This record gives sequence, C-alpha cells and structure tokens, in this order.
Amino acid sequence: MLTLERLRLTREDFALDADLAIPQGARVAILGPSGAGKSTLLAAIGGFLSPRSGRILWDGRDITRAEPAARPVATIFQDNNLFPHLTALRNVALGLDPTGRLSATTRDRALAALRDVGLDGFADRKPGALSGGQQSRVTLARAMLQDKPILLLDEPFSALGPAMKAEMIDLVLRVAEERGLTVLMITHDPADALRLGGLSLVVADGVAHPPRPTTELMDDPPPALRDYLAR
Amino acid sequence: MKQPLTLAGIAAGALVVLLILGSVVAVALRAERGAGLGAADWAALRFTLWQAALSAVFSVALAIPVARALARRRFRGRALLITLLGAPFILPVIVAVLGLIMVFGRAGLLNDGLAALGLPAVSIYGAWGVVLAHVFFNLPLATRMILQGWVDIPAERFRLAAALGMESAAQFRLIELPMLARVVPGAALVVFLICTTSFAVALTLGGGPRATTIELAIYQAFRFDFDLGRAALLALLQLGVTLAAALVALRVAAPEAMGAGLDRPVQRWGLPGPVVDTLAITLATLFLVLPMVALAARGLPHLANMPPEVWAAAWRSVVVALGSAVLTIALALPLAVAVGRLRPRAARGLEVAGMLGIAASPLVIGTGLFIVSYPFIAPDRLALPVTALVNAVMALPFALRLLVPAVARVESDYGRLAASLGLSGFARLRLVLLPRITRPLGFATGLAAALSMGDLGVVALFADAEAATLPLQMYRLMGAYRMQDAAAAALLLLTLSLAAFWIFDRGGRADADA
Repeated sequence: MLTLERLRLTREDFALDADLAIPQGARVAILGPSGAGKSTLLAAIGGFLSPRSGRILWDGRDITRAEPAARPVATIFQDNNLFPHLTALRNVALGLDPTGRLSATTRDRALAALRDVGLDGFADRKPGALSGGQQSRVTLARAMLQDKPILLLDEPFSALGPAMKAEMIDLVLRVAEERGLTVLMITHDPADALRLGGLSLVVADGVAHPPRPTTELMDDPPPALRDYLAR
Repeated sequence: MKQPLTLAGIAAGALVVLLILGSVVAVALRAERGAGLGAADWAALRFTLWQAALSAVFSVALAIPVARALARRRFRGRALLITLLGAPFILPVIVAVLGLIMVFGRAGLLNDGLAALGLPAVSIYGAWGVVLAHVFFNLPLATRMILQGWVDIPAERFRLAAALGMESAAQFRLIELPMLARVVPGAALVVFLICTTSFAVALTLGGGPRATTIELAIYQAFRFDFDLGRAALLALLQLGVTLAAALVALRVAAPEAMGAGLDRPVQRWGLPGPVVDTLAITLATLFLVLPMVALAARGLPHLANMPPEVWAAAWRSVVVALGSAVLTIALALPLAVAVGRLRPRAARGLEVAGMLGIAASPLVIGTGLFIVSYPFIAPDRLALPVTALVNAVMALPFALRLLVPAVARVESDYGRLAASLGLSGFARLRLVLLPRITRPLGFATGLAAALSMGDLGVVALFADAEAATLPLQMYRLMGAYRMQDAAAAALLLLTLSLAAFWIFDRGGRADADA
C-alpha cells in the first residue's frame, strides 16, 4: 500500500494537497488539467521534490526523505529517459548496476529484458538510431530490471501515435501483471485511463483526490473532471 | 557532507582568488611609497587610455560596414570569412604583429608602394602602430558582435519594410540604427577593455616616452631597472584602470560574439547596389589576410633551417600549453559542477571567483608572483610553471562560459534520471557528465592550449634565454632583426597554436552522437 499522508507539496506560487492510499498492485491513471500538479505529485513520490509537510509511506515504511534511488520506485519520465551516448544494452544495464560495469550476468539479464520487450537484436543501437516506440521499450526494459514494486510513468508515451501508445500501455500492463507492480501513470487522454483499467486519480484545484474505479469516474465524473473532459 | 567534486570546485575557486588577491596584496605591500607617480608613469597611463580609446573607436567604426555587408549579402566564402573572423582569438599576438610588420613595416608592401609613387615612408613603430595592431585584432571581434546584432533583428521586420516599400536609407534609420545604438557601445567597451591590458603589442611595436603602456612600463621597470617597488606601483595603477573599466563594463551589457547562427543571411529587399558592401568585404579581407600571406611567403623558405633554439623553445611552448590546458580544465570542470550544485548565491560567488582572471592583468599577477617567489627560488626556474598557471587562470573565464551552461543542461536533462537509477560519484561523472559535455570540453581545452601557446606576457618577466617559450624566442629574433628566422618561427608558432586548438576541438566532436 502506497500512502500519501496529509501530504502538502509547494512550488513557488502553487500548492497541492494529497491524503490518499493506493493499494498494492493497483493500476492508477492520473488525470487532470495541465498545470494542476500531476507531475508534481509524481516528483514527490519519486523523490525529486521534498514535501512541505506530511509523509509518504510504502507498506508502512516512511520514505518521505529517502533518496530517489533508495525508494521502491522506478520512474519513466516524459523525456530524456535514455542516455543518448550509451547503447540500448548499456542503458538497460544501468537498471541493474548503476556503476555502469557490464559483468557477464548483467549483460545476460539486460539482453533478456530487451528480448522480453521485443527488441531482440537492438542491443548495440544508440537511442538516436531507435524509433520513439523502441526507445520507450528500452526504458521499460530497464525499469523491469530495476525491480522496484512501484512504476511511475510521467506521460512517457504522449509523443507516440495512438496505435503505438495502446501497444505500449498493453506492454506496461503485461509487465505489471507478471511482477505485481503498482503502476501510476499520468495521462491527458481518458482513453489511456480506460485502457489501463483499474483506478483513476483526479488532480485539480490544488487537491489530489483519492482514486476511484475509472469506469465509474467516467460514467459519473465529478465537476473538476467534467470541466476537464468538457462534458 | 558535500560531494568530492563540489569540494574540489570550491577549492579551485579559492585557489584562483588566492592567486589573484594574493598577488595584488604582494604588489600593494611592495609598492614604492612616497615617491608617487612620476611624469613617465602619467604618460604611460595617458597612452594606455588614449590608444585603447582610439583602438575601440576605429575597430567599431570599421566593423559596422563590414558587419552590414555580411548581414545583407550572400556570396561564396561568406561562411568561411565569418569563421576566419573568429580566428584572431587564438592567433598569437606576436605572430600577427610580425605579419603586420611585413605589410606596413619599413620594408613592407605598403612602403614599397609608397616609394614607387614617390611618397615618403610611414613607420609602423610607435603609437599608431600599436593602434593598427589592436584594430587588426579587434576589428574581427567587433564585426562578430555587431553582426550578431544584425542577425538578431527578426527577419519579419525586413519583410514588413519591403511590404511598405521602404528604401534602404529608411530601413537603416528605422530598423538598423536602433540596433546599432544598442550594440555598438558595448562592443566598443569590450575592445577598450581588451586594449587596456595589452602588453605584447606595446612591447613589440611601442616603447619610448610616447608609446609605452602601463603594462610595458611594468616590464621595463623589471627588466631594465630591476626596480620592484616601481613595478609594483605601476601594477597598482594598472589594477585601478582595469577595475574602473570593468565597473563601467558591468553597467553596459557586453554583446555576444561566440553565438551560433552567424552564418545565416537574412533575406533583404530594396538594397542599393553592391559596390559599398563589396568594397567593405574586400578591404577587410585584405587587411586581415595579407599580413598572414606576407608572413607565409617570408617564413616558409626558412622553416627547414631554423636555429636549434627555436625548436627547443617550441618544445617548451608545447609543454606549457598542454600543462596550461590540463590545469584550466582541472579548475574549470569542478568549478562548473560546484556552481551547478551549490545554492544560487554561493554558486554566483564561486562563478565570480573563477571569472576573476578576466579583470586581472597577467603582468600584475606576474609581478605579484615574482615578489613573493624570488627570495626563495630563481625566477627562471619558475618561468614555465608560472606561465602555465597564469595562462590557465586567464583562460578559465572562457572555459567557464562554455562549461557552466553545458553542465547545467546535463543536470536539468538527466539529473533526475541519474538520481532515480542511483548513479553517483565517479560513475555519474564517467557515464553521464563527461560524455554529454565532450564538445564544450574539447573546445575549452583547445582554446586554453592555443591561448597559452601564443602567450607572450608573464613569461617575459620570469624567463631568461634558457627558458624561453616560442613567442619569447620569436621576440628575441625580431629584436635581433633576424626577420626571416622570426617569420619561420612565427609560422611554426601559428601552426602549433592552430593545431593545439584543432586537435582538442576535434577530439570533442568525435563520437558525439545525439
């Protein structure tokens, strides 16, 4: 269970409150107007923003002040997810060994992860020689090797076309299923939320509302979401 | 607990401050009291300001038509010419001076022409020669700064002007003149600042009561009178001039000269015929290229049989330049990282510390170091290390200008990713930072090496015949009127400087994908 306990996040002239819990293994879409604080919320969970007050707990363990790498969290950002000067293999291997050393086991596991996301034979390519969808797959392969129970996705597929995006979400779902991951994904597209299934969490007007089943939310959207969806 | 690289950066900043302020304090303590400034010292102050002001006015005034022509015309070789305008930055001063002597000197092309017309000869030595050399160096710089101003005018303005049927005079008055009013004062001030600390030009072309700058006077007080008290007093005077000029410069924004996109010509309509622009480009190109061509013509045949001391000096110069480049980066890289990591106010302070070299004159630092060190160590034994060190401190501001934004960009692009993966310490440096900044790093190393290779400044204070660098050796050959040997040495020095820059800059570009 990921618990945000009376969490208050502030940035210059902006504040966001969250007091909610996300069950283990849940798949949560984070919806809301741009500028509402979706990325801020993810940054706090990922360890890139210190909360003004409140606590973040994972299974009862306080991780509010933990370093990003020491958290039970793997993050996939909106962009710059891969180091452009390293091959796909080396990028993936960093998920296992952040010293950058490539032992035989590290190499084998990284290759297996690449194979698992459908990138057999792409190990020696650098990101510049991969398509957007392939880059997303490399990132996902690395996140798998990081082996963290929580996967945060900050709109990483927004630059992909609809078909490719759906494919990537399905891949995320498969990986999450296999490993029992808790997934939090920011999106501005209700179709993504529906595809992800599970829950949706609306961020609007300075509040991150507790998650509710997505289908239920879409059938009967609260006012903030209704404005956003223009219904 | 701070990370090692941050601590190293703070230490680097402290070292620069210690070196510069320490030498200023040494100078202040040693300065001759009571006697005050003599007539010759006042003359040096007057000449320093006079020549800097004239150099600034001429450089900028001549740069305006050249920049305008480059901004509004397209022609073959335009991009090459713009690149060449950046070259004087790494051109050794003494090489350019010798080239100018080949064209404007007693037996130069100009005087040959004047003699053929039955006109009296002109002399390059003296006050006007100093100004001429400064214009040679700063006309390209001023042109680049002003061209940047032109390029920054949105192309839509000229399209609108064309739609309204504006003639070129009206375009100039309404669009270009306001830009010039903004850019020109800053450009002139930059040139003025550079010329107030000119040493090598004054050493080679100036001298005597009417063409001695303060820096030259410091050198003469050292070499000819060994009057440390007076040298220190002059160093204080120089410091005052530099600080005053720097304070004025802080109030006027200096224009950008290293910016990208200079080779993009703006489409223009309603231009007058190309005569004036062609003339401006041709004359400027001749002025900048002829001295180098004359130098090559004179020096090439003698390259093979240069005296052995030239080769020995060349070897020392290469060692000094490499040492200085390594030192520059050893200071600049941790400084840039620390600037990125510290809180804004501490970071700003650290950056200013690293930039101090831009306000200090090498001869002032050299004087201070001499005063501190000579009771303990023979100056000529220190000549090469001190030269490398002072050159590094002088190159540091340029390296920081390149590296601080580059490091900050890597941090903003990949800092979170590196943190989320747990990349830290040496692994982060090796896997993330260094591969992402190879280009600016190579460029900065190349600049530092080339600047040091061509420097004729502090080494002149410390070195005797056994420890001469190539620029100093060249100066001695010129002093002995061995012009052919000097020209050959100049070609060697020019080649070494350009090669040093090219190799490092290339190295940074190789394998720089995505």
